[in-house]
Amino acid sequence: MKHVLAILVENKPGALTRVSGLFSRRGFNIENIAVGETVTPGIARMTITVEGSEALIEQVAKQLHKLINVIRVSNLSAEPAVMRELMLIKVRAEIGNRSDIQQIVETFRGKVVDVSPNSMVIEVTGNEEKMEAIKLLLQHYGIMEIVRTGKIALLRGSKVLRDY
Amino acid sequence: MILSALHKEGVEIIFGFPGGAVLPLYDALYDDPIRHLLVRHEQAAVHAADGYARVTGKPGVVFATSGPGATNLVTGIANAYMDSVPLVLITGQVAKSFIGTDAFQEADITGITIPVTKHNYLIKDAAELPGVLSEAFYIASSGRRGPVLIDVPKDVFDQEAPFEYDVHCEIPGYKPTYEGHAGQVSRAVKAIRSSKKPVIFGGGGLIRSEASGALRELADTARIPVVLSLMGLGAYPGDSELFLGMPGMHGSVTANYALTEADLIIASGVRFDDRVTGKLESFAQNAKIIHIDIDPAEIGKNVAIDIPIVGDVRMVLEEINRKLRPGETAAWLKQISAWQQQFPMPTGSLSANGGLKPQFVIRELSRLSGENTIVSTDVGQHQMWSAQHFIVREPGTFLTSGGLGTMGYGFPAAIGAKLAAPDKRVICISGDGSFQMNIQELATAVHNDLDLTIALINNQYLGMVRQWQDIFFDKRYSYTSMKGSPDFVRVAEAYGAKGLRASTSEEATAAIEQAMQLKGPVLIDFVVDPEENVYPMVAPNHPINDIIIGGEQ
Ligand SMILES: Cc1ncc(C[n+]2csc(CCOP(=O)(O)OP(=O)(O)O)c2C)c(N)n1
Ligand SMILES: [Mg+2]
Repeated sequence: MKHVLAILVENKPGALTRVSGLFSRRGFNIENIAVGETVTPGIARMTITVEGSEALIEQVAKQLHKLINVIRVSNLSAEPAVMRELMLIKVRAEIGNRSDIQQIVETFRGKVVDVSPNSMVIEVTGNEEKMEAIKLLLQHYGIMEIVRTGKIALLRGSKVLRDY
Repeated sequence: MILSALHKEGVEIIFGFPGGAVLPLYDALYDDPIRHLLVRHEQAAVHAADGYARVTGKPGVVFATSGPGATNLVTGIANAYMDSVPLVLITGQVAKSFIGTDAFQEADITGITIPVTKHNYLIKDAAELPGVLSEAFYIASSGRRGPVLIDVPKDVFDQEAPFEYDVHCEIPGYKPTYEGHAGQVSRAVKAIRSSKKPVIFGGGGLIRSEASGALRELADTARIPVVLSLMGLGAYPGDSELFLGMPGMHGSVTANYALTEADLIIASGVRFDDRVTGKLESFAQNAKIIHIDIDPAEIGKNVAIDIPIVGDVRMVLEEINRKLRPGETAAWLKQISAWQQQFPMPTGSLSANGGLKPQFVIRELSRLSGENTIVSTDVGQHQMWSAQHFIVREPGTFLTSGGLGTMGYGFPAAIGAKLAAPDKRVICISGDGSFQMNIQELATAVHNDLDLTIALINNQYLGMVRQWQDIFFDKRYSYTSMKGSPDFVRVAEAYGAKGLRASTSEEATAAIEQAMQLKGPVLIDFVVDPEENVYPMVAPNHPINDIIIGGEQ
């Protein structure tokens, strides 16, 4: 099963290396990872998706906790949470099929953010299934390049992760 | 500034080796009262600091220069990390403006040591130093102990900054749990009361948390037999009737049978290493397991636990002891003593050549050295024979590389131990292979006139590897002969130490007696039966009750 971990870290040099290094060193596989600032200065939030059993995830969380720069580790898959990812897709597009593509993009509530004589760049936000679905449909026109941010997530409701 | 911090932390001795990037630091040492022990290889500095830390319980402190000085520390750091030994290491780094340019003697030592330190720091400004140093000492010596490295660019040593030092510090992401959860402690007490066949399985955590007294009370009051991992030896007296020896690959038959048959295992400060558990699926199938450890990540890592208790093992055992009753374990103890009768520790095969037996040498060392002794070992067969045959009575008196199995650990660790406890007798039991990995420290020992004995179990082989080739590879002894080793007696003498040799049992006893009287470093070259194997033995990944008893008794 896939688990989404939220990790609050002191934003110090090397903190990211320590966290990502721990995954490879202990044989845990990172599916994707997203990092950014939080409301508290000096504290960054990492969202990491890992595949594995409950026992493995528990061990991952405990090992992460041992890193001095890590303040909190929380498994968001265990609770109701909003999860999103952003993807940019560069797809081959001629004058003739632009409107077809435009239609697909609208169905997925995406946006066209760049157009050139023979390509378009599309932005989509959503969950895993949505990403896969739009990729499948656009494949037909020729996907030239893809970039994804990795998943980010917040708990639903007013509950927050304490950063102290 | 760094030295002022070390004074505040009560540091008495630094183990180190100088170089360009630490010139300013060494210049400050020149007229500072703090003692510095100059080793002959940086790896030895770490092992010596490690030995010092295991004996005193205080962090060992190491200095080394940038680049090769720092990379030479890595094995020692990894060794200390695996065995949870508190160390603070300060390395020089190239000046800030040179970092990242592949400058002369530049190595990214913080990057290199992330996986083998509890934490590390690269200093960018001298103003950070006081805070970082106090954090480093706190992190190294609290929670699960471990090494902390601080990398200091050369220009930072020269920088002026205000010095305000606070030995107490708060770190947001670091709050070790010391007190056990009361509910879990009650469950543990209940389990102990209702157990018919309990065993205490203790490890290095008992020694780090000074839990020997609490352990004794638990074992002696509730009449529970004790097995100790290699790292735990000394936490409970090795000559007590309730002590069953070490479990696992080269453990005693009784210890392994007891763990296999037990209905309750009280695991205290252990991490269920594969050398102990053997095949995991068949480990302690009949037992409920209580696991007490300060590191939550150890609980449930390898073995499923029924009653987990995160906390300082001494505090938790004391809590348990408050609710203890005398145990009704007589029938179980009778079974155990029957195993002990039936399977004593083998003392060596009666091979045709009838040479000196390494087991006999260790027993004589144990018998003649007296109670006030610290032993360090290297890695290999001699290490296992030491664990089996040397009677260890006190915590912190058996120093060995458990987790990493580092050949070359023993001799420098003995040097650190002697400096930590000048009034104790110190013996390093080494092998002809291992000793050559840090043989240069004879100079350090002679230079500092340290009274210690090196008992070299010379079998002319990398014996432990040869044993595996013997058993699992059809006696194909591929590159395990140590032919070409020097005459160790003459090497010792060349360094200015004393050298003795023993090739028979009588000579061995006489040489040990003589060495105990001599001052300064003494090496005894015990020329032993070259093809002796360590038994009992559990083949890797076999159940621990599937034992090759081996060797006549
Ligand atoms: C640094 C290092 N290299 C290799 C090994 C693998 N190894 C384990 S035991 C051993 C043999 C040690 O030989 P010796 O010191 O003579 O001890 P003996 O087994 O003969 O008693 C070796 C090579 C190790 N543990 N450490
Ligand atoms: Mg040998």
